[in-house]
Amino acid sequence: MTETRTMDRPDRRNILDEAAQGVIGTPMDRPEGKLKVSGTATYAHEYNLPGTAFGVLVRATVPSGRLAHVNETSVADIEGILGVYSDERFLRNPAQGGANEAPVQGTDIDYFGQAVALVVAETFEAARDGATRIQLRLDADDDGVFDPASSPPEAQPDEAVDQGDLSAAMADAAHSIDVTYTTPGHNSAAMEPHCSVAEWQDGNLILRGSYQMLKYNRNEIADAIGIDPAKVRILSPYVGGGFGSKLGIAPEAVAAAIAAKALNRPVCVALTRQQVFENVMRRSESKQRVRLAADKDGKLSGLGHEAWVSNLPEESFAEPVLQATHFLYGGDSRKLDLYLHRVNRICAGSVRAPGEAIGMQILENAMDELAHEAGIDPVELRIRNIPDMHPEKDIPYTSRKMEEALRTGAEAFGWDKRPAKPATRREGEWLVGMGMATAARINMLQASEARVTLKADGTAIVETDMTDIGTGTYSILTQIAAEMLGLPSERVTTILGDTDLPPAAGSGGSWGAASSGSSVFVACEEIRERIAERLDCKPDELTLKDGQAICGNRSTPLADLLDSDICVEGRIESGKLSQKVQSATYGAHFAEVAVNAVTGETRVRRMLGVFGCGRILNEKTARSQCIGGMTWGMGIALHEDLMFDLRDGHLTNRDLAEYHVPVNLDVPQQDVIFIDERDGESSPIQAKGIGELGICGAAAAITNAIFNATGVRVRDYPATLDKIIAEMA
Amino acid sequence: MKTKLIINGQDRALDADPRVTLLDALRNHLGLPGAKKGCDHGQCGACTVIVNGRRVNSCLTLACMHDGDAVTTIEGIGMADDLDPLQQAFVRHDGYQCGYCTPGQICSARAMLDEAEAGWPSFVSEEMDGAIDLSQLSDEEISERMSGNICRCSAYSNIVDAIREIAHEKQGASA
Ligand code: FES
Ligand code: FES
Repeated sequence: MTETRTMDRPDRRNILDEAAQGVIGTPMDRPEGKLKVSGTATYAHEYNLPGTAFGVLVRATVPSGRLAHVNETSVADIEGILGVYSDERFLRNPAQGGANEAPVQGTDIDYFGQAVALVVAETFEAARDGATRIQLRLDADDDGVFDPASSPPEAQPDEAVDQGDLSAAMADAAHSIDVTYTTPGHNSAAMEPHCSVAEWQDGNLILRGSYQMLKYNRNEIADAIGIDPAKVRILSPYVGGGFGSKLGIAPEAVAAAIAAKALNRPVCVALTRQQVFENVMRRSESKQRVRLAADKDGKLSGLGHEAWVSNLPEESFAEPVLQATHFLYGGDSRKLDLYLHRVNRICAGSVRAPGEAIGMQILENAMDELAHEAGIDPVELRIRNIPDMHPEKDIPYTSRKMEEALRTGAEAFGWDKRPAKPATRREGEWLVGMGMATAARINMLQASEARVTLKADGTAIVETDMTDIGTGTYSILTQIAAEMLGLPSERVTTILGDTDLPPAAGSGGSWGAASSGSSVFVACEEIRERIAERLDCKPDELTLKDGQAICGNRSTPLADLLDSDICVEGRIESGKLSQKVQSATYGAHFAEVAVNAVTGETRVRRMLGVFGCGRILNEKTARSQCIGGMTWGMGIALHEDLMFDLRDGHLTNRDLAEYHVPVNLDVPQQDVIFIDERDGESSPIQAKGIGELGICGAAAAITNAIFNATGVRVRDYPATLDKIIAEMA
Repeated sequence: MKTKLIINGQDRALDADPRVTLLDALRNHLGLPGAKKGCDHGQCGACTVIVNGRRVNSCLTLACMHDGDAVTTIEGIGMADDLDPLQQAFVRHDGYQCGYCTPGQICSARAMLDEAEAGWPSFVSEEMDGAIDLSQLSDEEISERMSGNICRCSAYSNIVDAIREIAHEKQGASA
């Protein structure tokens, strides 16, 4: 049976705090950690099924046109070649997160690098050779658009806000800012390249893949290849990083499935690193204009944020740059607009914290500019502009720890030592400065299901098709079940990443932990009730601890109490509450940088993030999520930059040597502080999302610190040394 | 092409296409998928294994060039039921998230500590020669020496914590 809970009203019972096991929130080591550190966790590529053939994708080398002919004889003499596949069902690009249906398909080409054919061979080496030598006839069109700004912007009405009179507010303001910034594209660059191993058994497709949201992925691939979703099983027990890049079914999965069917044997297709750059989602570049109008005390009377982003034709995704701007700060007069340009470039989609990652970055740069202009401390300026109610919808917020985070962070970081005047602290050839930014990210609860079985022997199993992409799902679901059922965590086994299990929310949008965690919680509450029934006691008088059921002065081992397993499926759904309140997570970033006066090189010396994300389910994995996000902020601030050739739209830096992500020496020891919080309006476990908050605003803290160190504002990201040195006195 | 390798102390015979890299030999032919492929171009470190005592990017070298060589992979450092202290430190300090770069990080760290102990200088070393006292190995030294291993989950702070703990203990043990 399925127990369903709809989030129509708050749950402030804080049952996880009442429970006696004492495992929730603790920094428990990951249960799958031993497998990961010994190299025995099984990622998609590592099944080595008997008879597996290997496929390598072939890319289009024109930006627009169609695949006219595949010359199979050009590879026929390569030993071990099994076939060359191109098909009207091939995907032009991956499905967007949660699409639940196939994206654009076919052999028309819309961007340079699009995968148009698959060469399959007995060995990886032969397939790779074939993919290099295969001759394709590509009919090129000359109508490609390669500079986003050259195509007409399409307004996104759902994002538009026109409230009050921003022009008048700007004219009347004691202090105002009107600035335009640009941010480049980014790639998730998860360390595990996408890989799919497709195998057909009796007309059913088994796909071992590297995916984040399996219930959608199943429908997407079924739709793409034209079969019933019930005939598809996807297995993704371990995923080597996702960050949005593995949200939707991707070209390699469909190509592998088609080839496996034709060859009647398993086919393994892994993307090369270059293909990861070219065939999965990019974060759109953006141009952003921010206008801020404030009175003499820095209180905002007006706020404008306009953004221009891009995507392929027919893709509806427009990087939601304004997502946090809508609710974060006050200001009665508001003008927000988002525009989408159509361009023949790699598909744009979700890359960790779509929207806020670059939107918060620029909003927080603009706030720093306003603080400087008005002569107000940047922390103080933020605190003065925390609105009482949502400034556009006039609804209240759920628990919001923004002010606590800002104050706690300022205190812990030693913010009072920051010189208010830029470029005044020098140590040898290094100019030193501090910067800060608010962190904010919307929070959502998504439908999610899990099955919990309390076995007659007093152990428990949690099962769901939820994924753990490094986020800590194995840990937190184990902890929730252990806490609720009063079991030591070693007696709970969590099984994930299999579409045969109850469908979960998936790992995306930071909603995984709170949503899948709540489904486990709902199932466990029902199990507790059934145990209480057997003991003839009220559920709230029941204590479960260390495998004992305690009621009054009676203590019974669970194993004695149960003659058979208790198995319950729990389901959580978002409800009416989501329309009545604004749920979000908040925090504050603080950074200290040193900028070399001779070269303009920036080194981050210290970084602190303070976050309020509701209940922390595992202090260790939560912290890791945050330092990961903060490091992404460093990458965005200083290094990461997808560079496209404006003549044909091809990506020029499509590997890890040319696209620079932070490496160990770039990252100082980081500090994270969590603000104690329970948000009963956001989920029945009082938890919110945490996977993306660490990025939101982080880059701005670093570039604001660069300004404090040098007096230079780089408004064209990333803040590389050439841009800084050019402006330095 | 026939190649004899000594992998994790065991003699292994390989008969594979000469184009097979050491990484693909381990993963696709020898049943040792612990070493990971992150880029196949020597840019990420996920494939790091130890050959004759030195860390190498196994994607950048062909298996057939290693006839007679001793190769240590993550499986040879320790299996799940018998982890090496370095692996345990990675678990304790959460020196990973998705785990994909992790075998490479651990193999790299193991060889790196030996390099430091042997007195190999790094980009951030103050002195160009002389053995380094591992109990004094600084975070900056660890970070620099581990910068060939990318972790996109960005567990760097925790990776340094794990390695520092082992480095500092190691010296204590041998002193
Ligand atoms: S796979 Fe060898 S360095 Fe990346
Ligand atoms: S743990 Fe995911 S890349 Fe390092």
